Amino acid sequence: MLTYTIRRLLLSIPTLIFIAFVIFMLLELAPGDPMASMPLSIPPEVRQQMREALGLGEPWWIRFPLWLNQFFIVEPQYWIDAAFDTNFADGAQRIISFQSRSPVFEVIAQRLPQTLWVVAMSYVVGVLIALPIGIISAYKQYSVFDNAGTFVSMIGFSVPPFFSGVLLIVIFSVQLQWLPSIYDTTLVVNSWDSFKQQLLQMIMPVMVLALQTTAQVSRYMRASMLDNLSQDYVRTARAKGMSESVVVMKHVLRNSMIPVVTVIALGIPSIFGGAIITEQIFKVNGLGQLLIIALQGSDIPMVMTITFLLAVLIVMMNLIADILYGILDPRIRYD
Amino acid sequence: MTDRAPQSSADNLLPAGDPVPLPIAAVEKPRNQWLDVWDQFKTHKGAVFGLGFLIFITLFVTIGPWLWQVDPGKLDIRNKDVRPLYMALFDSDAKVSWANPMGTDNLGRDIMANIMQGGRISLAVGWTAMILAVFLGTLIGVLAGYFRRLDGLLMRFTDLVLSLPLLPLLLVMMLLFRDPLRAAFGPENGIFILIVVGIGITSWMQTARIVRGDVMALKEREFVLAARSIGTPPRRMITRHILPNVLSPIMVSATLGLATAIITESALSFLGLGFPSDFPTWGKILFDSVDRMTAFPERVLWPGLAISLTVLAVNYIGDGLRDALDPRIRGL
Repeated sequence: MLTYTIRRLLLSIPTLIFIAFVIFMLLELAPGDPMASMPLSIPPEVRQQMREALGLGEPWWIRFPLWLNQFFIVEPQYWIDAAFDTNFADGAQRIISFQSRSPVFEVIAQRLPQTLWVVAMSYVVGVLIALPIGIISAYKQYSVFDNAGTFVSMIGFSVPPFFSGVLLIVIFSVQLQWLPSIYDTTLVVNSWDSFKQQLLQMIMPVMVLALQTTAQVSRYMRASMLDNLSQDYVRTARAKGMSESVVVMKHVLRNSMIPVVTVIALGIPSIFGGAIITEQIFKVNGLGQLLIIALQGSDIPMVMTITFLLAVLIVMMNLIADILYGILDPRIRYD
Repeated sequence: MTDRAPQSSADNLLPAGDPVPLPIAAVEKPRNQWLDVWDQFKTHKGAVFGLGFLIFITLFVTIGPWLWQVDPGKLDIRNKDVRPLYMALFDSDAKVSWANPMGTDNLGRDIMANIMQGGRISLAVGWTAMILAVFLGTLIGVLAGYFRRLDGLLMRFTDLVLSLPLLPLLLVMMLLFRDPLRAAFGPENGIFILIVVGIGITSWMQTARIVRGDVMALKEREFVLAARSIGTPPRRMITRHILPNVLSPIMVSATLGLATAIITESALSFLGLGFPSDFPTWGKILFDSVDRMTAFPERVLWPGLAISLTVLAVNYIGDGLRDALDPRIRGL
């Protein structure tokens, strides 16, 4: 298991570098110009100097290794320096955003908590709703509950977040006026009242994202439970006279969770992608909104870094899913 | 199952186009395989409703503009902010007019004409992007499954594309390639090509994986061996023997592809990176209406419902198709 993990970790390095290269070349080949939004009255030679000041004067085969160096060596050095008060970085050039002229990772660190709060909470809520639905749906297959669950998950697959979110705003913010339609990120939770306010403003974005998760995970849970419920060991367990709750919750559930856990791990990156849209609806100033703003401003380092971080997340989650599968299912041995 | 010709039974799924001389007296005329599929499809209520709705919405957006001859872009500032007809039931003072049954927007453009025009584009983008994605996926899947030498390379490539963050990259592509394509093909066609190609090349991977698996399993079957033993070249082997037999997973993933393509196009329009604003699609109309949804919630509702119901219909069709195309379920 350990050698497998190490081998996969080593293999993911060239994968990630290749992904970084693809993203870099896409941004490089694309004819969008970060200078496009500058006034037209700037003379061409000054424009050229400004381009060089942004680091765009060099060809890509010099800039790409430089970016890799900054991302993988310089930035971690700064983090270590900040954590242990050392001086590894020694004033080396960090990745700088074209728009704010501040280090990209500082901006990301400011935006990350908002996204994590909403995304992580919605994922947990979605999974917690999905698991019981999947279990009951499978146990009572083709019952009213099962059909209702199928219908709800069909809706979750079909109604896009930008409609369900807007619909929730129309119903709960406009008509009923129960919940705020805009997520206030300046809110500091230090009292019971502000905690309640935070809870209220989180309900809608979390529910919108959770609906997507619930739809997917409950389907997998149901299918996996159905696979296991018809197996011989379940009949054996019942024949031994075990109570129905022990059979379902101990024997069947544990075995059914194996594929579901990997699905849950694999779904984490896509929920970050979905958060881009949800953040736009509820005006959460998280990572998704940062990406959109950076895209519109041709802020190449910012776009590159955020996109690459998402790719890292995807590769890592794939790895974690595979390893979890090996740990949970003793029939699977990678070595 | 007993009264059916061998074509439809589970284990003798013969390659299409290979007519088998049947003993004439014993068996009645062989039923077309697709008739069996249709019979099974009809038993899935959701799928039939879905197909009905898809036909309805397709007719609505294709034939509709001929019957409802209002120019979707025509500004009529005197008749702006007309509410839909049903508002008159709740509020007798509401500004309604029979000339605009679904109401008008803040510039007096007729919403029904816009929904029709937007639906044309949304559905056209969905279908073309889906066809492109399915074509790419099938091509790569068949090549990887049939030719052992290409397998490793193509599947590593597929894995790599799967680990790219697709939505951000799609956004990057939209933003950066918009202007040159617009200059080359005109504002409408340029964006159309960009969106279709963007969605197509980011959603072929699942199809490729499924097709590859099925092709690899088919390659070991006896009829492929028989065809090879009479000297069938790979090209004809794929088109006549392999492809007809992987048609069902391809069709199921095509329905899923249509659903995701419609949603992705609307999402891009919603993020303001899709079609230009004088060029309505369902997602664009929804995006433009969000700012004034407190006063006019119906303007958000119409396009949103159109997207959601269409995608729901397509998903149900896919569900029914999956059951209907599975020979183990069919005919029971």
